[in-house]
Amino acid sequence: MINIALPKGRLGSRALEVFEKAGYTCPSIHENNRKLVFENTELGVRYFWVKPSDVAIYVERGAADIGVAGKDILLEYSPDVYELLDFGFGKCRMAVAAKKGFEYDPLRQLRVATKFVNIAKNYYRSKSMDIDIIKLNGSIELAPILGLSDVIVDIVETGTTLLENDLEPIETVVQISARLVANKSSFKFKNEEINALAKALSAQLDKEN
Amino acid sequence: MQSYNEIALSTEEKIIYSLRSLYKSNGYSQFKMSKFEEYDLYGKNKDFLINDAVITFTDAYGKLMALKPDVTFSIIKNCTDEPGRVKRVCYNENVYRMSEGDHEFTEIMQSGIECIGDIDTYNIYEVLSLAKQSLGIISGEYVLDISHLGFVEGLISDVGDCDIDAVLKCIGEKNAHGLGELLGERAASLQRLTGIYGSFDKVIPELEKLCVNKKCEEALDEIKALAELFAKEDEIKLDFSVISSVNYYNGIVFKGFVKGVPNAILSGGRYDKLMKKLGKSSGAVCFAVYHDRLKYLDYKREAQKKPVLLLYNEKSDVMELIAQRNRLISENIAFELQKSACENGAYSDIIDLRVKE
Repeated sequence: MINIALPKGRLGSRALEVFEKAGYTCPSIHENNRKLVFENTELGVRYFWVKPSDVAIYVERGAADIGVAGKDILLEYSPDVYELLDFGFGKCRMAVAAKKGFEYDPLRQLRVATKFVNIAKNYYRSKSMDIDIIKLNGSIELAPILGLSDVIVDIVETGTTLLENDLEPIETVVQISARLVANKSSFKFKNEEINALAKALSAQLDKEN
Repeated sequence: MQSYNEIALSTEEKIIYSLRSLYKSNGYSQFKMSKFEEYDLYGKNKDFLINDAVITFTDAYGKLMALKPDVTFSIIKNCTDEPGRVKRVCYNENVYRMSEGDHEFTEIMQSGIECIGDIDTYNIYEVLSLAKQSLGIISGEYVLDISHLGFVEGLISDVGDCDIDAVLKCIGEKNAHGLGELLGERAASLQRLTGIYGSFDKVIPELEKLCVNKKCEEALDEIKALAELFAKEDEIKLDFSVISSVNYYNGIVFKGFVKGVPNAILSGGRYDKLMKKLGKSSGAVCFAVYHDRLKYLDYKREAQKKPVLLLYNEKSDVMELIAQRNRLISENIAFELQKSACENGAYSDIIDLRVKE
């Protein structure tokens, strides 16, 4: 039995579609009920939905053998897992954004608001810049508008939210998409099953593209 | 009389003693070290540590000291280069590191061996074989993954200019698409390397196809020599995602996994480069078993036997009380000696020696 952690939301639904098209179907997951775990014993798969930022934890700690996680989560938490596949969907970018017309003053410490503290720290460290990180849990775009920060580091999909709030992306930190991750120990003890699944997913993605 | 092993030891303690006995029977002498070392020993080679956070304090003479985050440094410090000889040391020590979960300092029990001196293929075999047996002591289902950093470095040098740390990170994650992003078309051979996993027999033909330079050939020769010594050992797999810092390690590196523990419980490798950095000319190979990971194992706990309750009061016959107590001890029966019974107590029997007022 392979335990699969899927992220709640659009990304997870899209990932489940690929899993099912690749042959790993699970009728019970489409039923309207309050179950938390969905099994297809014949195919040897068990799916469960978790908060997107928790997928990496479930996989790293072995509660899930494999999972689908955004690259942003993997970069932020650096879990000790294998990254077997790039799904190629859920594409967006981690970007630095600021109020239109913002000019960086090298004599002042840059104030950066973000949910992704580690990604922001590593990015500015690579540029040898001294920054003040402000950790927020949501509505990041508000920070530069209210003068809480100079810039934000956040996920940008279309850029519409930024535009509507008079903000603009000024630098791209990293490109993001959904990845298939595997627990290191599970990869050893369920090697054939995980390899077969990864190959089937890869073939399905090739077919779609 | 029953041995301690039968009556008093937890599964974790039994593992510690079994490992020590395995290492000693293979000619490894036990090394006992101080809890503290001078911080300077670690400060210059922090990358070698699993986590570079170290607990420091100033000693009575103003010297900056550290609570030992690692055992290898302390052992190397005490070694002298002796051509033609090998020093075999085993240990069982607490080290102080940042925990994986809450990033607080924690005390971790670690067992392991260090084989230092004139290292040859036999010594590598000996250490790998002991690593394999150590995993066998911990669990019936285990895998020892072996990699060769010489082979990986050979392939990377063939790629040309690149961000070596980023490339090694991708190899460690089996991240073929990440290598593609970093290296473009030059990534092909490294991408094939990330997909390789299996027994010596299965993997060696694939490695032969990937061999591009002398460094790879030398590494492959060493792998082939080990393949002969470990023929028919199903639990040993070649997996090049086992990556250790190339600044300190060279040659064979390995990690051990047991079923039920989500990450490596054993880690080791050849670290001649660290020896050189610390001013030694000898070679060295080692491994450590991390006992904190044993918490994941689902050992069947022996059902706790309900104790016999031995009740007495001030008027009880003390001689009889002592006689009853001695009988229970000699018959190896668990008992509780009290003046009154616990409200929710579960007892297998009650011996009431109380005398009414």
